[in-house]
Amino acid sequence: MPLEFRAIGKEFPGVRALEDVSFAVGEGSVHALMGENGAGKSTLLKILSGAYRADSGEIILNGQSVSFATPVAALEAGVAVIYQELHLVPEMTVAENLFLGHYPAAGGWIKRAELRQRAVEIIGRIGEAIDPDMKVGNLSLAQRQMVEIGKALSRNAQVIAFDEPTSALSAREVERLFEIIADLRSQGKIILYVSHRMDEIFRVCDALTVLRDGRHIETFKSLEGVLPGVIVERMVGRTIDDIWGYRPRAHGEVVFNAQRITGPGLAEPQDIQVRAGEIVGIFGLVGAGRTELLKALYRGVPGCGGRIEIAGTPVRAGQPRDSIAAGIALCPEDRKKEGIVGLRSVLENTNLSARRNHALAGVVIDERWERSNAQAQVDKLRVRTPSLQQPIGLLSGGNQQKVILGRWLSEDVRVLLLDEPTRGIDVGAKREICELMYALAETGVGIIMVSSELPEVLGVSDRILVMRQGKLVAEVRREEASEASVLALALPVGEEAA
Amino acid sequence: MSRLWQQAGMLLVLTLLLVLSAAFVPNFTKWENVKGLLLAVSLVGMISCTMLFCLAGGDFDLSVGSTVALAGVIAALVINKYGNAPLALMIPIAAGALIGSVNGFVIARIGINALITTLAMMQIVRGVAYLISNGSSIGVFDKGLTGMATWSFGGLQASVYYMIALFAAFGFLLNRTVFGRNTLAIGGNSEAARLAGLPVVRTKVLIFMLQGAVAAFAGVILAARVSSGNPDTAKGLELQVISSCVLGGVSLTGGIGTISGMIVGVLIMGVVQNSMSLLNIDAFWQLVASGVVLLAAVMLDRLKSQKA
Repeated sequence: MPLEFRAIGKEFPGVRALEDVSFAVGEGSVHALMGENGAGKSTLLKILSGAYRADSGEIILNGQSVSFATPVAALEAGVAVIYQELHLVPEMTVAENLFLGHYPAAGGWIKRAELRQRAVEIIGRIGEAIDPDMKVGNLSLAQRQMVEIGKALSRNAQVIAFDEPTSALSAREVERLFEIIADLRSQGKIILYVSHRMDEIFRVCDALTVLRDGRHIETFKSLEGVLPGVIVERMVGRTIDDIWGYRPRAHGEVVFNAQRITGPGLAEPQDIQVRAGEIVGIFGLVGAGRTELLKALYRGVPGCGGRIEIAGTPVRAGQPRDSIAAGIALCPEDRKKEGIVGLRSVLENTNLSARRNHALAGVVIDERWERSNAQAQVDKLRVRTPSLQQPIGLLSGGNQQKVILGRWLSEDVRVLLLDEPTRGIDVGAKREICELMYALAETGVGIIMVSSELPEVLGVSDRILVMRQGKLVAEVRREEASEASVLALALPVGEEAA
Repeated sequence: MSRLWQQAGMLLVLTLLLVLSAAFVPNFTKWENVKGLLLAVSLVGMISCTMLFCLAGGDFDLSVGSTVALAGVIAALVINKYGNAPLALMIPIAAGALIGSVNGFVIARIGINALITTLAMMQIVRGVAYLISNGSSIGVFDKGLTGMATWSFGGLQASVYYMIALFAAFGFLLNRTVFGRNTLAIGGNSEAARLAGLPVVRTKVLIFMLQGAVAAFAGVILAARVSSGNPDTAKGLELQVISSCVLGGVSLTGGIGTISGMIVGVLIMGVVQNSMSLLNIDAFWQLVASGVVLLAAVMLDRLKSQKA
């Protein structure tokens, strides 16, 4: 086999991301990589591409053991990985991006004409009408993805890995992508394809490997006769019902009432109400404005408007500080950038917001309270950390998320806004976070949860709101919701798709 | 644990330097020399207290050297005109606080980066110092003012005590107050801090205001000590101060910094310069050596943090 993973292992502080993963990929085939979030798919791709280094094991490419120190080294050896977050330079043109790092040049001077001509050639192979002189920053997300694929082509890559390539594409663009992939396969490329979408897997893939909790579970050499249910069962390792462990609860009065909310990324003013003890899930595709809505509810960005009431009392509309004072808390989508202060300890991160309420005259901190509060939250949420002094950046994603939740538990929270609360968290911790949501809701907290994972939204929410292109478009009761019906509501329709 | 090792690492360097200096530098261990060394680091030491906050908060301040000079000049002008020593202390401090507030406001509220803002302020303040002094030093002869810097106790001069007092005060601020903890959180991740409800702009303005006030205080004490307000003084001081902080393990990108580490950094810088002076090494070479020490220390630090 031209590409083989042998006993790959990788550990991060607090998590074993990969353990003894071995499988082989044939050329001229599309090999799917499936598994839940946190199963280790992205880590494996990052090791393949040289972004991470494996702690153990080896990658065999064309009979030779390879280990790339950097993504550039991997590219030069013919291994290209196309990530969800694209790696393009927005201020440079399409042509420049396509050949970034290996411009046709003579004596340090870029040969502009040749660059442009070769760019046109590559674009022709992708079959997308993109102007090579256009700045990448002005392209649509889908076009940028095509440029990213073009980059792999320009390197004449032998191995091309796609990490959830369709999550931001329209139906028409997905078709185009599949054509390109089929074309690459016929050229004998080795293609890895990471996706959650079962229908896509069965359309484009020849073989499939399932990972779970960092381990290799099974490789199907052919997908013929394999039932989707079997694959799901391998992925989750249990029946689907008990991942979320949903339990019904009584709802109280309306605790959170937001009227005519406006903000960046919202197409028109939005209304949303949550009852005490209710969990409202918001589902939408990438770019539908889910995160933007939560940020506007929290006043987390400048330029938000509208009226918010907590249990009938108007909230001063200002900054996050005012929202927190009124009992509104946010767990942001991007934990590393917006949630934690990675360099500082678990103790500091836990007490970040609440400490001033417990400080002497609001100035001198109460060290005893800080320690006991942090310890209490760590115990209650079962945060796995060597000590309270451990820098939080060294903990696993799940434990970081628990600390952020713990931060709000030491405040008087009436409404909790959760943006992708279980993204990048392993299965066990995921369940714990869901349990915590139920426990909070049972005490009368209203919860709004945003997720891009449909099963999660369906599994956890009492009521589901669907967002599409910057506005809430539908409301579905838990009992009436199915994956197909909610997804259909979230997809762009008619003239909107253009 | 790695932080302990990090600090212990620089403490080790300081110990090594002290042992080597004691062994090979004549007169290094003499009490007279120790007094001189402490006096020599007092200016940098005082200003390092607030620079630590600036750096830990994710910014830095290049205007402190100019502020020192301007404060000295203002103090000299005020004392010569009104003969009132408390006034000659307070007016420069107020001016320093104002300079710092402007820095802080421009950086935190308007969002101009700290390098450009404080570089511009460094030139503006230096220019003003030249303007109001007509470009030359102004003598300070009032006993009330010079007395603030020339008293001594147990053989150590006033400046050393001021430095120690500021170490204690800012140590308390950093470790025991909401302001200090917020500073580190903002420096570590200002967006996360903002979303957690921390007053990012207010904290940064306060940091820079304190920085300006402390630099001005140090400037008045310097002028009182040398009996002159000199618009030319303290050029390049900002770099010495930043160097000392970085030597003391304060992160240039924010989020990490301790008072104890900073003190070690100040002492390392001081011992190196003192030893070279005692060895009669040419002043130009001293400059080169200071740079080399800084580079070496920072690289050592990097090496360690990569291993950790």
